[in-house]
Amino acid sequence: MADVRLSLWRGDASGGAFVDYTVPADEGMVVLDVVHRIQATEAPDLAVRWNCKAGKCGSCSAEINGHPKLMCMTRMNTFAAGEEITVSPLKTFPVVKDLVTDVSFNYEKAKTIPAFKPKPKEADGTRRMYQEDIERVQEFHKCIECFLCQDVCHVIRDHDENKPSFSGPRYFVRLAALEMHPLDTNDRIELARAKHGLGYCNITKCCTDVCPEDIHITDNAIIPLKERIVTRTYDPIAWTLRRMRGKPADLAAGEPEPPSA
Amino acid sequence: MAEYETHDYDVVVIGAGGAGLRAAIEANAMGVKTALVCKSLLGKAHTVMAEGGIAAALGNVWKEDNWKVHFRDTMRGGKLLNNWRMAQLHAQEAPDRVLELEEWGALFDRTKDGLILQRDFGGHRYARLAHVGDRTGLEMIRTLQNHAVHRGIDVFMECTLYRLLTEGGAVSGAFGYWRASGKLLLFRAKAIVLATGGVGKAWKITSNSWEYTGDGHGMALDAGADLIDMEMTQFHPTGMVWPTSVRGILVTEGVRGDGGTLKNNKGERFMFRYIPDFFRAETADTEEEADRWYEDKRNNRRTPDLLPRDEVARAINAEVKAGRGSPHGGVFLDIASRRSSDYIKRRLPSMYHQFKELADVDITKTPMEVGPTLHYIMGGVRVDADSAQSTVPGLFAAGEVAGGMHGSNRLGGNSLSDLLVFGRRAGLYAAEYAKRIAKMPRVDDGQVDAAATGMLAPFGRREGENPYAVHADLTNTMHELVGIIRTRAELEEAITRVGRLRERAQRVGVTGTRVYNPGWHLALDLLTMLTVSEAAARSALMREESRGGHTRDDFPKADPVWGTKNVVVHRRGGQLELKLEPLPPLPAELRPLIGEDRPTGKVAVATGED
Repeated sequence: MADVRLSLWRGDASGGAFVDYTVPADEGMVVLDVVHRIQATEAPDLAVRWNCKAGKCGSCSAEINGHPKLMCMTRMNTFAAGEEITVSPLKTFPVVKDLVTDVSFNYEKAKTIPAFKPKPKEADGTRRMYQEDIERVQEFHKCIECFLCQDVCHVIRDHDENKPSFSGPRYFVRLAALEMHPLDTNDRIELARAKHGLGYCNITKCCTDVCPEDIHITDNAIIPLKERIVTRTYDPIAWTLRRMRGKPADLAAGEPEPPSA
Repeated sequence: MAEYETHDYDVVVIGAGGAGLRAAIEANAMGVKTALVCKSLLGKAHTVMAEGGIAAALGNVWKEDNWKVHFRDTMRGGKLLNNWRMAQLHAQEAPDRVLELEEWGALFDRTKDGLILQRDFGGHRYARLAHVGDRTGLEMIRTLQNHAVHRGIDVFMECTLYRLLTEGGAVSGAFGYWRASGKLLLFRAKAIVLATGGVGKAWKITSNSWEYTGDGHGMALDAGADLIDMEMTQFHPTGMVWPTSVRGILVTEGVRGDGGTLKNNKGERFMFRYIPDFFRAETADTEEEADRWYEDKRNNRRTPDLLPRDEVARAINAEVKAGRGSPHGGVFLDIASRRSSDYIKRRLPSMYHQFKELADVDITKTPMEVGPTLHYIMGGVRVDADSAQSTVPGLFAAGEVAGGMHGSNRLGGNSLSDLLVFGRRAGLYAAEYAKRIAKMPRVDDGQVDAAATGMLAPFGRREGENPYAVHADLTNTMHELVGIIRTRAELEEAITRVGRLRERAQRVGVTGTRVYNPGWHLALDLLTMLTVSEAAARSALMREESRGGHTRDDFPKADPVWGTKNVVVHRRGGQLELKLEPLPPLPAELRPLIGEDRPTGKVAVATGED
């Protein structure tokens, strides 16, 4: 079979450059196969993350010809013969080495989301939920944490300075999953506005476009959250009830992180 | 002496799949200082790839189901080589562990009356697997991950531990490196939980990821612990076979649970020819009855497509060898002719996606091509059933790295439940053990120095052989010689070759720096894989019978005497030593649950005119 050629970004935090590699092709190869073949034959120190090789773990995220994608789900036969193919690390996160970036931003944001807190069980000791009531949350639970949505989001892609006050689409999906969970009793709506920066999102749907799990991030997670914030913040009846019942006060930005357990 | 950083913990859990996460959660809940250490990013461990479900006798679909039936199925599926006490605890506690996930936010698919839905799987008498479509592992790992994060457990991501340290025969710590920086680190610990999974990367065709290099098996041997049943490897019957680049990727047993049937290139449902006596009473022997079973499970017996994995893998292997395979060397798995497109996409969304994207096959219209792929190792660290403690004080093991629970063959769905049940137990008993130790054990500088020197040695051989080349030769060796069907001559050849590969592995070199250097990581993992491969091959040579995941062409029958013995591997003076030890005897009160008949071994089938 013919050879395949890839142009891989090699380097570290101090800088780097694209390096061309040519290796023998196999039937049905994906980009990750080619990267592995380069690693096994020409560049054993080539840094790349992967695990499942089947689109289930979200480890092998990279930018292929500038587009955020999973390397394991990008078939080589989707490129035209002779087309130049570049593979580079996610731009939004600091490079560690080659295709590996420091994605700890995401794990830090995850710590700031208050935990699931279920309501009491049914009288018979069970938890009854109906399929039609959980399906919209199950869509969010499909997230494989590949962080492609975080990578593509222009709020942080080109603006490091927004990172402290903006958690990104992945965590809006997580907030929505908790908010819409039929059993959950925690309230994260004000938090979504004040601490996670939902207001920065101007619904360009870039995150939805790159999601390998086809989660409708913008339509099903972000917009409903935005609507809940609007209702909460500006609906006078809701405002009055909140005051009367003494629900948790608005959390201004800059206050300490909420307890997460 | 090399530089390293030091961390002190009561309990260090190595591995952050289902077992490791569950162990860390339990240890943390016990109030001891707990660290969770994993080779990948958090949430990427092998558990995330589990598809079909978690086996637990919840009784939501079949009221008749209970722990006793689950215990029976597990023991019979394991061809009675299981540690009965582990199988009992597993069956008894799995329902609570599943319901606990719901308390932590998991959303399983539901029955019509709002309870957790359960699906059929191989070897389980009743529909028993709690699931979320075909991405149950993702739901489980994410639920545990979020819960662990909310508990504030310290997580050391992309950190590989390479050696356990001992003091006076008990655990005192672990030594390893940060993958990103290559810097070395020492954990001083009162107790350690191994939750490192299996060793599939020693085989060529596998569903396992790069992480599955037998780290826990190797570290346990080094620390003086025993391994048992290392000859018991599971080839999952249905991995993808085409295109070449995806060979081995898992196709969930849920496809068969939900209506898929296996066919050869003549369109025959060949599984009817491979029904062993041991499962005959509960298996349909005509296509008509099997077809009726899909619609009326109460009055018909189950299809042989859902026999335990060892039986199905051997049958597929035999069909292919007899020339009745599919074009790319597998057989056909057909769900399209029984189920609607909507049903398939709803029940098996990731299978649909996987075949569409990676193989240009629409499984709602055409059959899949599938064949066996190395998926799991039943053998592992010998542990006390109740506490999950190994024979080394302070060293615990849970999940795939532990041995005994599954006997000679694991039933599908029993892994996720195993992770939860014994992950919790390992965390609990490790924490209790740590509480009984007054002060942090002393760490022996000599052991640390030896570990550091060994780990950095490949950098002193920059001109050495490429570790990837040695790894490729190991995977070929294990695939060809320690496969589904084994013989004495092939196993002896495997042991010789592994010995030669070890000499090469000790001379491999690495290029580049210590910063995120996979070549270096593989150079170290290779030594562990070779040790575990040797343990597997030598155990397989010793067991002169066919049982579960171990089939000897030269000893095709199951032998009742062998059925009472474990092959035990121990390391002494750098050499592996093997011995036989009796299985813990099954108590009289449990005996009636599993029946009086005994497995007979490989099914003899006429090979046909081809």
